[in-house]
Amino acid sequence: MSTVATSQIKLTPERPRASVRSHLQDALPKIVLAPSFAITIVFVYGFILWTVYLSFTNSKTFPSYVITGSRAYQRLWGWTFDTDPPSSWYTSITNMGIFGFLYIAICLALGLFLAILLDQKIRGEGVLRPIYLYPMALSFIVTGVAWKWFLDPGLGLEQTLHQWGWTSFHFDWIKNKDFVIYTVVIAGVWQASGFIMAMFLAGLRGIDGEIMKAAQIDGATTFQLYRRIVIPLLRPIFLSAFIVLAHLAIKSYDLVVALTSGGPGGSAWLPSNFMYEYTFKRNEMAVGSASAVIMLMTIVAIIVPYLYSELREKPR
Amino acid sequence: MLRKLLIGTALASGLAFAAHAEDVKEVQMLHWWTSGGEAAALNVLKGDLAKEGYAWKDVPVAGGGGDAAMTALKAMVAAGNYPTASQMLGYTVLDYAAAGVMGDLTETAKKEGWDKSVPAALQKFSVYDGKWVAAPVNVHSVNWLWINKAVLDKIGGTEPKTFDDFVALLDKAKAAGVIPLALGGQNWQEATMFDSVVLSTGGPEFYKKAFNDLDDASLKSDTMKKSFDNLAKLVTYVDPNFSGRDWNLATAMVIKGDALVQVMGDWAKGEFNAAKKTPGTDFLCYRFPGTDGSVIYNSDMFGMFNVPDDRKAAQVALATATLSKSFQSAFNVVKGSVPARTDVPDTDFDACGKKGIADLKAANEGGTLFGSLAQGYGAPPAVANAYKDVVSKFVHGQIKTSDEAVTELVKAIDDAK
Repeated sequence: MSTVATSQIKLTPERPRASVRSHLQDALPKIVLAPSFAITIVFVYGFILWTVYLSFTNSKTFPSYVITGSRAYQRLWGWTFDTDPPSSWYTSITNMGIFGFLYIAICLALGLFLAILLDQKIRGEGVLRPIYLYPMALSFIVTGVAWKWFLDPGLGLEQTLHQWGWTSFHFDWIKNKDFVIYTVVIAGVWQASGFIMAMFLAGLRGIDGEIMKAAQIDGATTFQLYRRIVIPLLRPIFLSAFIVLAHLAIKSYDLVVALTSGGPGGSAWLPSNFMYEYTFKRNEMAVGSASAVIMLMTIVAIIVPYLYSELREKPR
Repeated sequence: MLRKLLIGTALASGLAFAAHAEDVKEVQMLHWWTSGGEAAALNVLKGDLAKEGYAWKDVPVAGGGGDAAMTALKAMVAAGNYPTASQMLGYTVLDYAAAGVMGDLTETAKKEGWDKSVPAALQKFSVYDGKWVAAPVNVHSVNWLWINKAVLDKIGGTEPKTFDDFVALLDKAKAAGVIPLALGGQNWQEATMFDSVVLSTGGPEFYKKAFNDLDDASLKSDTMKKSFDNLAKLVTYVDPNFSGRDWNLATAMVIKGDALVQVMGDWAKGEFNAAKKTPGTDFLCYRFPGTDGSVIYNSDMFGMFNVPDDRKAAQVALATATLSKSFQSAFNVVKGSVPARTDVPDTDFDACGKKGIADLKAANEGGTLFGSLAQGYGAPPAVANAYKDVVSKFVHGQIKTSDEAVTELVKAIDDAK
């Protein structure tokens, strides 16, 4: 978006007849894009700067504009090493690590696997594809509530299996402070893996059949075919999928709330939950802002080098 | 997430701005009383105001809970567009008053005699810097036991008078195969129960020192340690699936007879009423054992904003109607709480309500009316939430011993102060 609006309006000297009208035609896309560009500048980047500013104040219930130093960051830094008993911040960031890694890794693996299976020219693909894709159409709240009931030992899976006679079955992760974050992974993976599958499937369909045939003639096994040819060719899809999943992971707030209400003793918190709690419930806006800034820095630290390394190789 | 919030806030303020031009015969009210019983209770107030010619306009809030309403309020106030009044809790009123956006109802208060009729403990939150800034609507108290009478009769129990009695009663229930204690494992419910445990273990003086004055020595005392031990004892009587359960589901367990007792504020009575249960015959309300004579309260208030002069008449009418005896009685009968003024006749209330009114009066006179720390009436939100964290981590095992809990409590409260 920024390239469109910031690049200058080029005159077209090779066509001296260029009238006002053609100027207008040139400028029209920029004029149309300008409002949304301005809105993005103010409401995204402007407020990012505002948040950074607030994190250095002593804002409590309301924003205060007097810079008072980095106490908010010092408190967060102190909490980072409060492991026993775990501070809410420590819980949030370790959960982010567990959730982020498992969510992205399992979604990618499962999505690729399903896409490869669906790509075998099987019958009924037209029916199967939307079935896998459909969960993505649900909001996190719906996913969270549905899985909350399904995983609740007194209502869902465990209760049902007990009624069917398998009374030794035991699955209470959602009530267990040490495992509750994994139930968030389960629900998240269920929702997103179908979408990732669709992305990979589109990628697979885009691969030239001639390459595959050539490899088969050369005597490559199916495993080698995928390992050496297909998966490397899907690299751009991995990039897109990774970015989609990474931002979904960082902003998952509603899933935690709907699924676990924060978990036993706050054990399912993610940094976004921490940020909301401190800013709006505890009236510690400075601490909330500082945690938001750290979230932003984390995602920048992960995404920017990755984007850089991926995009730099393009004009080879 | 942050972006969403900020944009949402901006949109909300935009909406608030659009709603600006209003006529003076109207009361703009921000509240989150939308469930059946609460909405019905509020209709009484709407009717009273309509009789005086004031129209009622709800300020719409997306989402049910108080959090969403408070976020919307923040945006409205930041945009300089004040509602006539907003439902508010405890320290929020004082925060807004300190920010200089609250109105002044002192004149009305004098005329109506609120100084004498509203308990002094409540005035701490409705009066700021000598000025009345809010009209209290009700008083909830949290140190209640809600007991299923049929289950109590079946196990041959009687009203527990001390904490040890209570534990013995829970043992009886356990032996009879019912869930002894219905608890929802969310931090505010655990902390609300702990409020009562501390009052019972340490007595009124101790509760006040520790949870209202935040006195360091009391917070790290052996009595506090004993309180955590008592809490741990109670937690052994809950069912394994308690974690994350909503409070009304826990109440439903008592109503259905799956569980014997719940420790909860008097809003639980609304659930019993909705299930057509009668106090005394179907269920019993006792004070938490060892807390008789004291009341731990929280209260809903209507914070009154500094509106332009042409809207002040409507605001005064709203405040007067809110604290009128007839509304206080009618509203609180439905809501399950007790009136915020001590001179309202208790004729329309049920047995539990009558007891609540008498207890509040006695506690007010005896100086044993204390703000609930868990409900945000003992200390500012930062401290209250730090407290809830510690209690919840103790209940769920992140904090393993009462020694550690006391250390953590002092640390968390100091850090949040």
